Amino acid sequence: MPTVNGLLGRKVGMTTIFTDAGNAVPVTVIECGPCSVVQRKTVEKDGYEAVQLGLGELKASRRDNKVARGATGRRGRGEANKPARGHFEKNGGATPMRHLAEFRLSGEGDEPAAGSSLTVDAMFKAGDAIQVQGTSKGRGFAGVMKRHNFSGQGASHGAKIHRKAASGGATDPARTFPGARRPGHMGAELVTQRGLKVVEVDAGRNLLVVNGAVPGAPGGLLRIEKAT
Amino acid sequence: MNQNLLRAVEERHVKSDLPDFGPGDTLRVQVKVVEGNRERVQAFEGTCTARSNAGLSQTFTVRRVAQGIGIERTFLLHSPRLERIEVRRQGKVRRAKLYYLRGRIGSKALRIKEKGS
Repeated sequence: MPTVNGLLGRKVGMTTIFTDAGNAVPVTVIECGPCSVVQRKTVEKDGYEAVQLGLGELKASRRDNKVARGATGRRGRGEANKPARGHFEKNGGATPMRHLAEFRLSGEGDEPAAGSSLTVDAMFKAGDAIQVQGTSKGRGFAGVMKRHNFSGQGASHGAKIHRKAASGGATDPARTFPGARRPGHMGAELVTQRGLKVVEVDAGRNLLVVNGAVPGAPGGLLRIEKAT
Repeated sequence: MNQNLLRAVEERHVKSDLPDFGPGDTLRVQVKVVEGNRERVQAFEGTCTARSNAGLSQTFTVRRVAQGIGIERTFLLHSPRLERIEVRRQGKVRRAKLYYLRGRIGSKALRIKEKGS
């Protein structure tokens, strides 16, 4: 019986902790779950087997609670709009969640029941190999030295060019080949960090302590999965 | 809230029985050394020349001059490998980092006034 092998979480930050042997280990703390099982996708209906998990509760819309709002009448970020509520009502009337993600079913274990809550201590234990997916920090429009690790040119000896790309390629084809590395937008993309290891699991605080760094800034949404 | 969660993870590792010391103080640091499968305690004595405050990964640097050669060791303050830190003498200094000691030669290299004198 295949099961869910991942959770959603938020990056808290990095620190250093010590192992029992006295070694200092750089770790990332992730506030992981609890994730509710929102929807079950099946081959018959959706064409594939998966489970949709949700993280972080949404409030009911203020408009529906008849609470006075400001002149703009803008719906707040933490509120569930009507389409979102419809989705949750259709799937068993669970509390609307802010973040949703699908996880394919794999491995061995019991499939989680609809509406149940998945916690970090039930999913991971110290020593587990995991992979973490998140949106990396945006660097804006970056030059080739930052973006592609070009060497740049000399700082001295009369150089007037320091950080530009030197050559666009050979002169014989009389054109640059597609895919040439140029300056451009860097970061703010989906990055998967593989080969991470769980150092510690704090069930009471829903914390996952992972050896090494994970993509994104503190507070960023992460997808944590068992290594495949 | 985020910071509190980080502190919660660090809490278990923070040492509470640390002596109060700063740059200029003469320290004797008892370090656990692992040799094969045997563990013993080695002492390193010298002047504290710097402290770098960084929460749990806070470090301090101890400088000693042995056989005319300056040796500096930087320790993680909260490391479990540090058995004990003894303050031998409190120095009176006017800097946070005593890097100027590196350029000194001979008896001047060791000269730091004692606190209260």
